[in-house]
Amino acid sequence: MVWVLRFGGWASVLVSLGIVVTLVTESWPFFAQVPFHRLISDTMWTPLFADPQYGIGALLAGTLVTTGVALLVAIPLGTVLAIYLSEFAPASLREVVKPMLELLSAVPTVVYGYFALLTLTPLLQKIYPDLPQFSMLSAGLIMGIMIVPYVTSLGEDSMRSVPMLLREGAFALGDGKLGVALRVVFPGAFSGLAAAYVLAISRAVGETMIVAIAAGLQPRMTINPLESAATVTAFIVQVSLGDLPHGSIGYQSIFAAGAVLFLMTLGFNLAGHVLRRRFHRAS
Amino acid sequence: MLPEHFFQRQKKQAHQRRAIDRWFQRIGLLLTLMTLGILGILLLNLAGNGLMRIDWQFLTSFPSRRAGEAGVLSAWVGTLLLMMVTAGVAIPFGVAAGIYLEEYAPKNKWTDFVEINIANLAGVPSILYGLMALGLFVYQFRFGQSILSGGLALACLVLPIVIVATRESLRTIPANIREAAFALGATRWQAVWHHLLPYSTGGIATGVILAMSRAIGESAPLITIGALTFIAFLPPAPVLTHAPFLSFEWLFSPFTALPIQMFNWVSRPGEDFQPNAAAAGLILMLITLSMNGAAILLRKRAQRNIQW
Amino acid sequence: MVNPQSLSSASSEIAGGVFQSSPKVRIEKLSFFYGTHQVLKSVSMDIPALQVTALIGPSGCGKTTLLRCLNRMHDLYPGNRYEGSVHVQPDGMDILGPDMDPIQVRMRFGMVFQKPNPFPKSIYENVAYGLRLQGMNKRRDLDERVERALREAAIWDEVKDRLHQMAHNLSGGQQQRLCIARAVATDPDVVLFDEPTSALDPIATSKIEELIVELKKRVTVLIVTHNLQQAGRISDMTAFMYLGELVEFGPTNQLFTNPSKPQTEDYISGRFG
Repeated sequence: MVWVLRFGGWASVLVSLGIVVTLVTESWPFFAQVPFHRLISDTMWTPLFADPQYGIGALLAGTLVTTGVALLVAIPLGTVLAIYLSEFAPASLREVVKPMLELLSAVPTVVYGYFALLTLTPLLQKIYPDLPQFSMLSAGLIMGIMIVPYVTSLGEDSMRSVPMLLREGAFALGDGKLGVALRVVFPGAFSGLAAAYVLAISRAVGETMIVAIAAGLQPRMTINPLESAATVTAFIVQVSLGDLPHGSIGYQSIFAAGAVLFLMTLGFNLAGHVLRRRFHRAS
Repeated sequence: MLPEHFFQRQKKQAHQRRAIDRWFQRIGLLLTLMTLGILGILLLNLAGNGLMRIDWQFLTSFPSRRAGEAGVLSAWVGTLLLMMVTAGVAIPFGVAAGIYLEEYAPKNKWTDFVEINIANLAGVPSILYGLMALGLFVYQFRFGQSILSGGLALACLVLPIVIVATRESLRTIPANIREAAFALGATRWQAVWHHLLPYSTGGIATGVILAMSRAIGESAPLITIGALTFIAFLPPAPVLTHAPFLSFEWLFSPFTALPIQMFNWVSRPGEDFQPNAAAAGLILMLITLSMNGAAILLRKRAQRNIQW
Repeated sequence: MVNPQSLSSASSEIAGGVFQSSPKVRIEKLSFFYGTHQVLKSVSMDIPALQVTALIGPSGCGKTTLLRCLNRMHDLYPGNRYEGSVHVQPDGMDILGPDMDPIQVRMRFGMVFQKPNPFPKSIYENVAYGLRLQGMNKRRDLDERVERALREAAIWDEVKDRLHQMAHNLSGGQQQRLCIARAVATDPDVVLFDEPTSALDPIATSKIEELIVELKKRVTVLIVTHNLQQAGRISDMTAFMYLGELVEFGPTNQLFTNPSKPQTEDYISGRFG
């Protein structure tokens, strides 16, 4: 029986291996063909065109901007909610709110995409009529909301594990709840919070459907959130919607994009893991 | 000794601090309600646009170029068949892996690596699972753009969820239960099977439900392996009315799924298909919310029932 | 090293049976309820100014609860109720008054806890925390007060060259002295010590006992201790509590050598603990 279990135990390693090996082998032809300098110097990403451009910066810009907008929403809002839930809210409220936040993060991302495109964008267009149908702003805002539960949940857990004794020391000096929360608890929980933020970045970078639906599918080298642009993930979706014969340039290009994406999120995930370990060791 | 005006100043400072606390309490509550309210807004929005579209016809029709006739039949059948594959792979492997890592594996650098690995997998963007499935299952293993490839992709995606849930629920069982079993002469497997698993079914079930809920809502990996968005047929049925009564043809059939169908309808220009998209979204939300809600209730009940 | 003999003779000279006409803290019929459970039963006590008063008694007698009533620490947790009054001189402020803001109370008391609890900040910022809370923000003023507090806590020489390093790098005993510096920096009327040396080794303990005896020249000290010898060494007045009641209160010398209540005698001679 044990060997069955042992085989299962290696399942996760096999999956990881599968991802890495597939990405490497299928994207290798692309990177072997395309001179590296063109990845940086070209200003457009059109690898499937007759005169292909390989400026992957166009895709990275889209990912960067949508992630940036999302973080501008998720980190402040998520942190304030974490402080409120950890330091201010009565336990009964916390018991109700935390599962509901879980539900918020469980909403399928197509649904969020629908909401961004068909509800939020028209709303934003009332405020700013020049906003195009597809915009990084709209997608980024909804992505931010999707990510808030991650920040709040991890952040609140980190803050709650700061020992009460530390807070009492500050209260005994005459500080108020918010003062104690910001001056003692927040620094004390910092590596846990940093882990939460880093994982939020990772989540935003890897998000696909919201940006594919609401931010647009045309790669554009711009940092203006009021424009439409494609992210790394949206590009993969767009190409996948068409015909993808094995080994074609389209096929190779999405694996190349995937490899770049994997490296980015791997970096963030490892950083988050290290930060979380450091937090647990400190507390 | 502090003079009078120091007392007055302290009083003012104390008052200010209390006022700030009161304000933050109010703002915090407001923001919390607003954030949670988004869930309600989403549901109302979907219901407003799509509820009236949901009827028997909608549920039993194939997609169509005419919005009024388009339905989700192939989509929900596809989702159902996909989930059979996903569950059939992720649950056994995930639970086995969880048991092995928690109860059998020695604590060394290698298992440390496995843990980091699982943590990393949980953070890998879902679309990369699709890419892996495309290269590995669709082409390398020649499963094609089929339910099998899709189901395996999703199984790999949710595997970490099942593993972590299994490990966590085994971890909450105190050491003396294990020790008691061993003291009676049980093998490790007997201890696991007869003593540990029964206590951890609640936690494992919670994890499984959460995993499946996640799998049902995922579309990126399926798009990548080529789940087509216009499927006007059903995959062959798994059961046959004649021998050998079980068919595996359906595994290799092209397919679509609920989130894919919704994506397709959302992506169309014009307003015609918006009610359809909203209706599909509403169905998805109802499924995921009720599964997640059930998992949360299960978790609460499991925590309450078992008191060590 | 501190000479135990010299300490107790000094305390008897000062306390020597003098009735406190204007005590620093006057506690009148203080009762404390945790939910429906009554933890303190109508305790009345006059804590003299500029002396060290020790609270002793077996576990669960309410001594720490009493201490934490004085700076309204119980307000941080739900389900607590006070009865009675506690007045602080020189202004007669009633700590438990219905309109009394606990934050204001806490700004007048300092507290040192059982385990050292320095903030995750630098040594300097730990001591400056209370000063900043009271509105001090000029660098020169802060520097001066921080140094003074660290000297009073007998730790200045050890940290003067690393004021901006993180506090948690200090040893346990040093951290506790840092916490004492933090508590006295704001010139509180009274400093409350809750078993401050129970987690420390004997050398660190005696350093802290020495500085407490020095401290009382400037602040009133109330110290809860499990260690009878410690109470004997450093306190001028001692209060013995049992099951939420104040059994006996008087000059340390007298209470230890000639207790008037049999329970006091039993506890001091170790018949129960």
